[in-house]
Amino acid sequence: MSRRPAPPRRAGRPLRARDKYLPPLISITSVLVAVFLIRTVVVRAEQWPRIKAQFFSLEAIIEVFPDVLGGFAINMTVWAISLVVIAIWALVLAVFRSLTGPWLAPLRVFSIVYIDLLRGLPSLLLVLLFGFGIPALQIPGLPRSSLFWGATAMVMSYSAYAAEVYRSGIDAVHDGQRAAAKALGLSQWQTLWHAILPQAIRNVIPSLLNLAVALQKDVALLSVLGVRDAVREAQIYTARTFNYSSLIAAAALFLAATIPMARLTDYITKRDRERRLQRTA
Amino acid sequence: MHRIEIEHLTKHYGEKLVLDDVNLALANHEVVCLIGASGSGKSTLLRCINDLVEFDAGTVRIDGVSIHDPQFARSELYKRVGIVFQAYNLFPHMTVLDNITLAPRRVHRTPRVEHEAYAHELLSLFGLDGYARSYPEQLSGGQQQRVAIIRAMANRPDVLMLDEVTAALDPELIGGVLAVIKDLRKQGMTMLIVTHEMSFARDVADRVCFLDGGRILEEAPPETLFSKPEHQRTRQFLQRIIEAGRL
Repeated sequence: MSRRPAPPRRAGRPLRARDKYLPPLISITSVLVAVFLIRTVVVRAEQWPRIKAQFFSLEAIIEVFPDVLGGFAINMTVWAISLVVIAIWALVLAVFRSLTGPWLAPLRVFSIVYIDLLRGLPSLLLVLLFGFGIPALQIPGLPRSSLFWGATAMVMSYSAYAAEVYRSGIDAVHDGQRAAAKALGLSQWQTLWHAILPQAIRNVIPSLLNLAVALQKDVALLSVLGVRDAVREAQIYTARTFNYSSLIAAAALFLAATIPMARLTDYITKRDRERRLQRTA
Repeated sequence: MHRIEIEHLTKHYGEKLVLDDVNLALANHEVVCLIGASGSGKSTLLRCINDLVEFDAGTVRIDGVSIHDPQFARSELYKRVGIVFQAYNLFPHMTVLDNITLAPRRVHRTPRVEHEAYAHELLSLFGLDGYARSYPEQLSGGQQQRVAIIRAMANRPDVLMLDEVTAALDPELIGGVLAVIKDLRKQGMTMLIVTHEMSFARDVADRVCFLDGGRILEEAPPETLFSKPEHQRTRQFLQRIIEAGRL
């Protein structure tokens, strides 16, 4: 079933090495030629030496790299912890929203209001509001770290999106599954927990991973709070030296994290689609 | 006393009347088949009996007690009355064994040794030895439907309701499922069966009810209903079935 059909062969002859290796070889060569041409044009431009010194100075990058890398570690730590919290909190919100029964209306309304509000506000506004506002209150017993409250703002904002993703997954589970669980005597909670959620979560993993990639770069918003993350460290260097290569260094680090993550998402999405196709076949 | 008694059952979906003053009683060990065109209310009737859909008026009693009586804990109702659906509705993320033992594990909390032994017993009885660890998608439609029947049986219900359980199956797979149902009949299972398989209804039913427009128009032993139907509507329906080659 899953095996691909053999490539068509020319009448009677075995597939020749030329037919097999030539197309990819041409692709690679043409890309290399194009890159070389663009590079030549760019490097020959009158302004290139200035651009290079401002943005791509190797000395500057080497000098600033340890600081930026240290800041980037903060970005990735905040990202990893936030992911876990978002995954759980958004699921709770989605479950609240899917509950039925008059006594559970407060939970349902809470979830709807929460999602409407938090999806409607810019993340930057929330980060500023929480990161500067709450520590300024100096309430005893509450953490005063801007980093903590800024990360909380990110978590709250992203949870609203993730909750909607979960909800779409819950809605996509066929009604027959609910009927079957109910007919076996399972309660509403048991039906959700044993029958609906395992299927719903599996359905939305690709979409959740997309959100995870988006969050991976949005954690840089915390730099506005003065948190010394990768972007902040780069800015500090820029302010001191008027050289922007530090931002390029930070950019390279973000790409090194987000591109593999995006590829992983693509791969999982593709595998998931194949699994579905196989099931319906 | 009757296992199931339905009196004056009425149900609307929005404006549309789907069940119109339905009265029906099932004795213990009795097998009743419901026949009728699509949309005549057969499936809704089954779903009213185990509270999967709410009805507007009338009563449903199991062993003399209304299903809305407070003494009828919800899980008790579902334990007494099992249902099998046309689309099997097995849980795709669970193995066959986990599907079957879900309710005994989570609702009735019977000892694991006991319900697993019973599950394996039913699996081998229904020709599904060795499939306990498989996932539903690895099974044929006929095998999945047999698993769904076993899942309903695992609660040891007093009544089993079957909602067009062969309608989604390829013709060559129907026989295996019908054989299982005939087997259950021999064991004395009380059953309420919605079916389009008229020859099967003739073999297995003690009584056949013809539903039309939400009413039970005619109710008789199969020999009578299939050979000498009283109503014009019943004759028309049977005629169409014969033309379609299903009788």
